[in-house]
Amino acid sequence: MGRYVIRRLLWAALIVFVVTLLTFVIFYVMPPGDPAIRFAGKQPTEATIREVREQLGLDKSLPKQYYTFVERLVTGDAAECPQGVEGCGWPGLWISYDSRTAVRQEIIERGPRTISLALGGAILWLVLGVSIGIISALKRRSLADRLAMGFALFGISAPVFWLGLLALFIFGSEGLGIDAFSTGYVEFSSDPVGWFSHLVLPWSVLALLYAAFYARMTRGNLIDTLGEDYIRTARAKGLPERKVIMKHGLRASLTPVVTMFGMDIALLIGGAVITETVFNLQGLGNFAVNSAASADLPAVVGVTLVLAVAVAVMSLVVDVVYAYLDPRVRYS
Amino acid sequence: MATVAPETTQAPLGLAVAGEQVTGRTPRQLFWARFKKDRAALLGLALIVLLVLLGALAPLISKLAGHGPNELFTREMTDEFGIPLGPNGEFIFGADKSGRDLFVRIMYGIRTSLIVGVVATLFAVFIGVVLGIAAGYFRGVVDTIISRTIDVILSMPILLFAIGIAAACSATATGCLNGLVKPGLSLVIFIIAIFTWPYIARIVRGSTLSLREKEFIEAARSVGAGNGRIMFREILPNLVAPIIVYTTVIIPNNILFEAALSFLGLGVPDRIPSLGRMLDDASAIFEDAWWFMFFPGLFLILITLAFNLLGDGLRDALDPRSDR
Repeated sequence: MGRYVIRRLLWAALIVFVVTLLTFVIFYVMPPGDPAIRFAGKQPTEATIREVREQLGLDKSLPKQYYTFVERLVTGDAAECPQGVEGCGWPGLWISYDSRTAVRQEIIERGPRTISLALGGAILWLVLGVSIGIISALKRRSLADRLAMGFALFGISAPVFWLGLLALFIFGSEGLGIDAFSTGYVEFSSDPVGWFSHLVLPWSVLALLYAAFYARMTRGNLIDTLGEDYIRTARAKGLPERKVIMKHGLRASLTPVVTMFGMDIALLIGGAVITETVFNLQGLGNFAVNSAASADLPAVVGVTLVLAVAVAVMSLVVDVVYAYLDPRVRYS
Repeated sequence: MATVAPETTQAPLGLAVAGEQVTGRTPRQLFWARFKKDRAALLGLALIVLLVLLGALAPLISKLAGHGPNELFTREMTDEFGIPLGPNGEFIFGADKSGRDLFVRIMYGIRTSLIVGVVATLFAVFIGVVLGIAAGYFRGVVDTIISRTIDVILSMPILLFAIGIAAACSATATGCLNGLVKPGLSLVIFIIAIFTWPYIARIVRGSTLSLREKEFIEAARSVGAGNGRIMFREILPNLVAPIIVYTTVIIPNNILFEAALSFLGLGVPDRIPSLGRMLDDASAIFEDAWWFMFFPGLFLILITLAFNLLGDGLRDALDPRSDR
């Protein structure tokens, strides 16, 4: 087990390294033209461009630039923080040339919003999706199964942003007029009830989509598992049906679901962009998109990196848990 | 699960009546027999045909309606506050934010969705199949490189990287990689393709790993077939069924991918109508112009639903063990 964990740790470190390299290539090398102009935001002044070129070392060779990029990331940027910019520190994600704040600061402020959205939605969809999937598999071809699978098919086909707009239309001022469900984000510490009510719609919309995936997956896996020989053996030796399904069927069919759940949460921290945009939550995804739209690349680079690290760490956790549950994984 | 009869004597769906002539069926006939009993899948197929027709005939529909996709009807179709007007006899889906005919633009939007979804998926399938077969067939170093690349891509925050590339490549008109990837349709297709081929490659690699150990591969090698022949003439035909199923599943995902990029304002440019872009424009005024939000989304979900219905049906019909 120890060796397996070490191997996975090295792999996670490699992923993070590759992602920094890819991020560098995508943003520094791939696009044509003077990178200093691109990094300086939409309407850069002559002074800003000169400043950017100097601070990012853009007049030096590419490997040297990459080195500067990584060095700043590893050692932090507090020492070279430009005047008037707050929140520099570790890890050094540099500054947003648009808002003249440290990208690190922005991420710390917006992180809780995205995490609230992702975790709440995840709990909702896991419970919903898995229970619908189990009921559907056990009552195969019943009316309930058909309705549930029809709903799931609709769920995987529906664009999140459309569902979000529809929900806002139905519950908003034109429809039922429930003010508590309005867009925006309220700090949990200042108003827990407001925090909850502002997140109910985003959670539901997000969960609807994923619950549909999980219901289909759980149903398919459970049906496949229940066709296995060892289930027949369990039944033949006289185990009550309840025990056959709960102890033997679910255990095997839910492990892949658990793996996917871990990865989905991690990816969601970056992938909830659309839900955040529709409901104006101003989380990390929002920040990245707005920065991308105004060509404020240091901000995009910063968010991308943080999310890639989150994904690498999460997949490490998932793999280790999985190896603990299933000994075959450790030795392959 | 029903027991599987030996292949040569398998009558349609395993129902052989005693005394009746037992006829052999090719896999294709078996597939068709199962598929045409699946009403949901047939509905999906019919919907796809209809949507493809609508998309292909968009210019004709536009001509019949008498409104171009980018023609402004600001005077007729917006009120004094600049809010578009709703459906009426001439503009059956109402107008968009600048007073253009929403119906005509949606027909063109269907066309954009289908082109981007299908073309990007075909690129992804091509890359995925070639790399997947190579990884599974050669194993060793080739497999390690390809598999690790797949792992890296699948563990990246895809939408964010896509946003990053879209933003970086749209910064100037020449695009990226010395003008190979230009802003607009080709950029969107490029982004979608590079982030979806790993799904195909992973499936293909897995199947190739087990196929390469089969006797018919050994037989092919013993009569002197080269690697290229074995990979693409012996192994590939055995992978057609899963590849078709996964292609059908990935197309709707990619259509939603394009819509999402366009919704975030990073997809195709405004002069090319896109359903995602329309929803983006509608999100600012959806409380005053419900039709502007409702109809593009409705058609988007029709497209994805049609492909998902077909995909489910193909999976069930092509997998002989499936009794879902």
